[in-house]
Amino acid sequence: MALTNEEKAAFAQTARQLRLDIIDTTVWAGGAHLGGALSMVEMLVILYWKYLKIDPQRPDWDERDRLVVSKGHAGVGIAPALALRGYFPKEELKSFNHFMSPFGMHLDAAKVRGVDLSTGSLGHGLPMSVGLALGARLQKKDWKTFCILGDGECDEGSVWEAAMSAAHFRLDNLVVMVDRNGLMIDGRTEDVMGLEPFEDKWKAFGFLTRKVDGHDYDELSSAIDFALSKPGKPVAIIAETVKGKGVDFMEGQVKWHYGSVDSVLEAKAKASIEAGASDKGRNHG
Amino acid sequence: MAEITGTTWTCYDSNTMTQAEIYGRVLTELGEKDPRVVGVTADLANSTKIGVFGKAFPDRLFNVGIAEQNLFGVAAGLAKSGLIPFASTFAAFASMRAAEQVRTDICYQNLPVKIIATHAGVAFGQAGTTHHCLEDIAIMRAFPNMTVIVPADGIETANAVRASMDIPGPVYIRVGRGFEPKFHASEDYGFRVGKAQRFREGTDLTIIACGIAVLQAAEAAKLLAASDGLSIRVVNMHTIKPIDREEVLAAIRETRRILTVEEHSVIGGLGGAVADVIAESGKGCAFSKLGFNDEFSVVGYPEDLYSHYRLDANGIADAVRAIMGRDFEEDESWEDEV
Repeated sequence: MALTNEEKAAFAQTARQLRLDIIDTTVWAGGAHLGGALSMVEMLVILYWKYLKIDPQRPDWDERDRLVVSKGHAGVGIAPALALRGYFPKEELKSFNHFMSPFGMHLDAAKVRGVDLSTGSLGHGLPMSVGLALGARLQKKDWKTFCILGDGECDEGSVWEAAMSAAHFRLDNLVVMVDRNGLMIDGRTEDVMGLEPFEDKWKAFGFLTRKVDGHDYDELSSAIDFALSKPGKPVAIIAETVKGKGVDFMEGQVKWHYGSVDSVLEAKAKASIEAGASDKGRNHG
Repeated sequence: MAEITGTTWTCYDSNTMTQAEIYGRVLTELGEKDPRVVGVTADLANSTKIGVFGKAFPDRLFNVGIAEQNLFGVAAGLAKSGLIPFASTFAAFASMRAAEQVRTDICYQNLPVKIIATHAGVAFGQAGTTHHCLEDIAIMRAFPNMTVIVPADGIETANAVRASMDIPGPVYIRVGRGFEPKFHASEDYGFRVGKAQRFREGTDLTIIACGIAVLQAAEAAKLLAASDGLSIRVVNMHTIKPIDREEVLAAIRETRRILTVEEHSVIGGLGGAVADVIAESGKGCAFSKLGFNDEFSVVGYPEDLYSHYRLDANGIADAVRAIMGRDFEEDESWEDEV
């Protein structure tokens, strides 16, 4: 169903707040994977505030949908999103990265409410998501498994082992979303290790695909609606995004894969987020 | 094939079924009792005998093809969904190809995945070094939360598989190819995870063994009693982690000589685990490890390899004699250092 303007306005406001919270968390943490956290904000917002069947008061609720963020280095995006969604007070994020904190840059599911599986080592999330989806189907559960992959992560062979099995088992209760921001630590994905034709790869592995602007709620929503329509095959949503999205001086910059912000940069980043002006086109690989 | 009644395994069962077949049957029995039990394999349903389970419960066995990283990731996800997956593949692939998935997806998240690693050691000797696995005990026991069991035969495998259901976290059960001779006469010898079985009493030296070496150690003890007049204690240390410290301390205290025997590298396996206990005890003890000496194994049928690597009764007896001739510092006062 099409999103209303009110919904989209609320999402935009939530996204703005989440980006500000990501900057705060980065300051507290001393540094973070900003680029890939900021690129997936709209995906997190539409999942946590619209699609995921969850209850922050009952993080272990058996019937909840599962979200596996395979690009676990984006913990600095997920943890503030969980706080904003009501899993725990934002205040708790002040310990991020510090001694004995429940929050490290790659989140531990045993310590952080609302995290379904611990991730961090790339290429692990999709295999575990396939297991979740198989388990749900075997136990006749309606809950869905969402898996967010990084695009650079798709260099890992285990991603394709899992993709093959998701298609083989016809897991249409599994939704894969790839944050196609086009950049990885050492440069552009196409320069470091070419992924294109990326959508064709997913198709060839047996997925139905949708390529969308990962910052556009209408496009994300229609792709997720399709994925949830029991189409008979797993769906991969290739969400083209801008790394560092929302902070003008970070957008599309390889060097902001990981970084820290001093008080000057913090102010600049927040001003840029507040202005909400940055609306550069999506990445095209 | 013997009729399986569900609780008692007999000598007959183990004579007519391979170790792996027994595992497949036990798993089927567990599957009947508990709907949470599922199987996962990577194109080795038949070789690992988890296919027996799959025949009984076709919708509960998932074959992911030749993809071991995915195998253990999928197993972790299945466990997280509320199931109890038994994941089976060759030991070499479980412990090395997918080591990080086992560590990070399963052990780190403390999920109840039970790994049945077959063809361990040189059980598939003729397949060559790629398919031998002499490192897995060392690798698996380094992972927090992991329980490591090396059954002496098919009957003990049955016991271990059943017992693994009561362990809330991950378990690594290391078995051979399935053609190993039986050691136990029946299932009822009081198997308990973490509690070694003192199979034979003795006062001169203790052989601590696991896996196929247990039977050979028992044979060696008999042989040494007859030919050398030695009184050899034989301990079946089926659980490598958590190691039965008390049993090792008793061996130091009461026999002052220990030989470990395993179908594994002498680095980091049973011998390593026992050495840790000895070193931490602060007591003097003549000690030697019999296993593979930091070398890649050669090709051959398992029986030939066992005798080549001195893991048969004669080889073990020679290793015992070598220790008996060795000096070590006598220390009559046990209590002063422990």
